[in-house]
Amino acid sequence: MAEMDTSGGGGHKKGPGVKKGKKLSTRVDLTPMVDLGFLLITFFVFTTTISQPTAMRLALPDDKVKPEDQNKIKQSGALTILLGKDNNVFYYEGELALDASNFKSSNFKDIRDEIIRKKQQADTNLVVVIKPNDESTYKNFIDILDEMSINVVKRYAVVDISDVEDQLIRRTEGEPVPQQ
Amino acid sequence: MGRPKIARKSTIVDMTAMCDVAFLLLSFFILTTKPKPSEAVPIQTPKSVANKFVPDKNVLMISLNNEGHVYLSFGDNGDDRAKKKSALEDINQRNNLGLTSGEIDALAKQPFIGTPLAQLKQQAHLTNDQITAKNLPGIPTQDTTNNQMTEWIRAATTAYAGGHMDLILKGDNIAKYPVFKNILTAFKKNEQFKFQMVTNQANVPQGTDLYKENMSKKPV
Repeated sequence: MAEMDTSGGGGHKKGPGVKKGKKLSTRVDLTPMVDLGFLLITFFVFTTTISQPTAMRLALPDDKVKPEDQNKIKQSGALTILLGKDNNVFYYEGELALDASNFKSSNFKDIRDEIIRKKQQADTNLVVVIKPNDESTYKNFIDILDEMSINVVKRYAVVDISDVEDQLIRRTEGEPVPQQ
Repeated sequence: MGRPKIARKSTIVDMTAMCDVAFLLLSFFILTTKPKPSEAVPIQTPKSVANKFVPDKNVLMISLNNEGHVYLSFGDNGDDRAKKKSALEDINQRNNLGLTSGEIDALAKQPFIGTPLAQLKQQAHLTNDQITAKNLPGIPTQDTTNNQMTEWIRAATTAYAGGHMDLILKGDNIAKYPVFKNILTAFKKNEQFKFQMVTNQANVPQGTDLYKENMSKKPV
């Protein structure tokens, strides 16, 4: 409650017959200004720490590793997640059935429940295979990797999608299958 | 009713000083936050729960924007700039680009590299304002036959040989997967199997396994 006294130096006879000798004392309360100042400070304090971008680590498998070693995944613990365009997510467990009866579709919210369910079912045998197709975006890929880390899936792999699966995705999305 | 009245003293506090301090602190914070560099390559990174910070020394950053163009930049300090120069000289020699040392110096000072090898000479003559994602086509990484990124990573690996190099990839949300895959192929061909991706920070969703893990680690 500071006082800013703007009443002017009293006793200053200005000119002939200035009758306005009334002193107007305006007292400006500065408390709200201090509040504002501190609010702005906290704003800047928080924005400087948060703006640091974080980094997500990824280790790529060595391609030179013999393919026989790669097939040691137990089919019962395998969950394959396929990424299509427009944030479509498809998945199937184990191997893709010949009539594609176990090919299911999902979205980014529900896939977490699927992963959790599969994790409870397979426990240490859980391996998630991620196959993004050409129409999926970088964001889809990062989101799936994020799901891996949120659900603490220790073993996962990123593999190229096969033609069969790609065509299956396109048919499900309603796209005409591209001529090979 | 017979209580002796305590002499009341004035409870008016002069806030002028507090106001001065507040604005001084405010100016301090405004001036010390690094002004955000106007991004020459505007990229919207996706969110993730990862919590390690992006390193800013000994880094090689590959930017992938929403149109699928790829740009390469080195760290912003003297050490990294020297490595950039030796990588440029390496590329110049191997590919017979005919760059003069003046052009190599100019390229080393620029924020990033964004042209195919054939047009590198022209990029050397651009001023810093002209170096934006709109003007430059990016390093070709589209098809597996013309993956020039492999060449660049090879030159960078040789420049950093013996020391530590962090590969970071900054990709836009809507960049398509095939270009990303080609960049990964470039990494694999140069035996670079570890790299980091730049993301925005997101909180770990409650109730998930990672959340429970973090909670149990809390009492340190």
